[in-house]
Amino acid sequence: MYRLRLFATRHPRGFNRLYRTVEAGLVMLDPLLRRVGYDRAERVIRPVERGVKRLLFDCRMCGQCVLSSTGMSCPMNCPKTLRNGPCGGVRPGGFCEVKPEMRCVWVEAWEGAARMRSDAIRADLPPIDNRLWGTSSWLNVLRGRK
Amino acid sequence: MSRLHNVLTSGRFAITAELNPPDSADPADALDAARPLGEVADAINATDASGAHCHMSSLGISALLTRAGYDPVMQISCRDRNRIAIQGDALGAAALGVRNVLCLSGDDVSVGDHPEARRVFDLDSISLLRTLSTMRDEGRFLSGRRLTTPPQLFLGAAENPCVEPLVWRADRLGKKIEAGAQFIQTNLIFDLDRFTAFMDRIRAQGLHRRAYILAGVGLLPSVKTALWMRNRVPGIHIPDAVIARLEASDTPLEEGRRIAIEMIRSLRDMPGVSGVHVMAYRREHEVSQIVLRSGVLSRRKVRVD
Repeated sequence: MYRLRLFATRHPRGFNRLYRTVEAGLVMLDPLLRRVGYDRAERVIRPVERGVKRLLFDCRMCGQCVLSSTGMSCPMNCPKTLRNGPCGGVRPGGFCEVKPEMRCVWVEAWEGAARMRSDAIRADLPPIDNRLWGTSSWLNVLRGRK
Repeated sequence: MSRLHNVLTSGRFAITAELNPPDSADPADALDAARPLGEVADAINATDASGAHCHMSSLGISALLTRAGYDPVMQISCRDRNRIAIQGDALGAAALGVRNVLCLSGDDVSVGDHPEARRVFDLDSISLLRTLSTMRDEGRFLSGRRLTTPPQLFLGAAENPCVEPLVWRADRLGKKIEAGAQFIQTNLIFDLDRFTAFMDRIRAQGLHRRAYILAGVGLLPSVKTALWMRNRVPGIHIPDAVIARLEASDTPLEEGRRIAIEMIRSLRDMPGVSGVHVMAYRREHEVSQIVLRSGVLSRRKVRVD
């Protein structure tokens, strides 16, 4: 939800801590999830992830979440889906070139990162793997840990 | 090394100019537009559907320019092409003699003449820089497959010092340099205060020593054009004082020229600025007049920075 996702970038440390806690919890459950089978686990985890993250961050389920590196501002809400923004078209007041009534996702990101006192936003993020749309980013973290 | 690269490494103040691509399949139209620019510019930018308006492609124009002996800067925007097409274009361009590439994220389809088109944005300007520098330095595609002959490219990026978020534009430029940018061409500068603040941050981080910065200078021929640009072209910031100056003048075109000439002179004396990138929409003949009148070519000022 738009208002909630702006709220998240205004209080990014708290939200990041919450996010990291959930992730750590899943890592602890990894042996169990592996026994159950990731594909089967995904059937439960994916809708939960989608519901929670959509509400808090307007998550688009790209499957490769980088919220901790973008001040808790989801880059997939950028109409250009930039993974290293902002672009040069930002309007006065920090509004989006494409959707003038929307705050630029990357202005929010840099502000959020500053509030988090995090330098992660300075590293360039790789282009996304488009095959992962709709998959659970949380589980992808676990799959990658194999 | 390209001519542009040579000029910049020798410490001379560089001039680049933007060619407005024709809506035509006739190569003569592109070459006619290049001629007045070639008189004053070290390199000529071939734009990639800038403003999301369709024209002759940047690759096509660049190929025509190399054959005519010019040094083009081929612009690549991420709006219309995915990573497969872009990497292929990079090889094709290098094979056609292109040595300079400017990496852009790109104006959105909605501001152009085909707003109904699908936007691609598979890469952004930073991952594009990484992709091309990987091809050049590691001789491979993003997929890992090897290239028999890597493209030799002088890589550039854009930055917009005068729009939000002002305090982080220099940091973002730092990211682009990390990703491989060797030169920067900025958007049009009409606000010297904002640009000075930006350059202060650039110099504080030493970024001017890691990439050559060319500041964008443009011609505003009338109040109507200035207002149109402000409202319709993404990323343009024109202070009210400049508009007022045009309004107050009886000869707005000449006033516009004077504004551009003054800007070039201020930029030449600003530490950390390595050149100017001159853009005059559909008025290439004005570019040579402005550059010559500014006097910047008469002493190309060896930098001691």
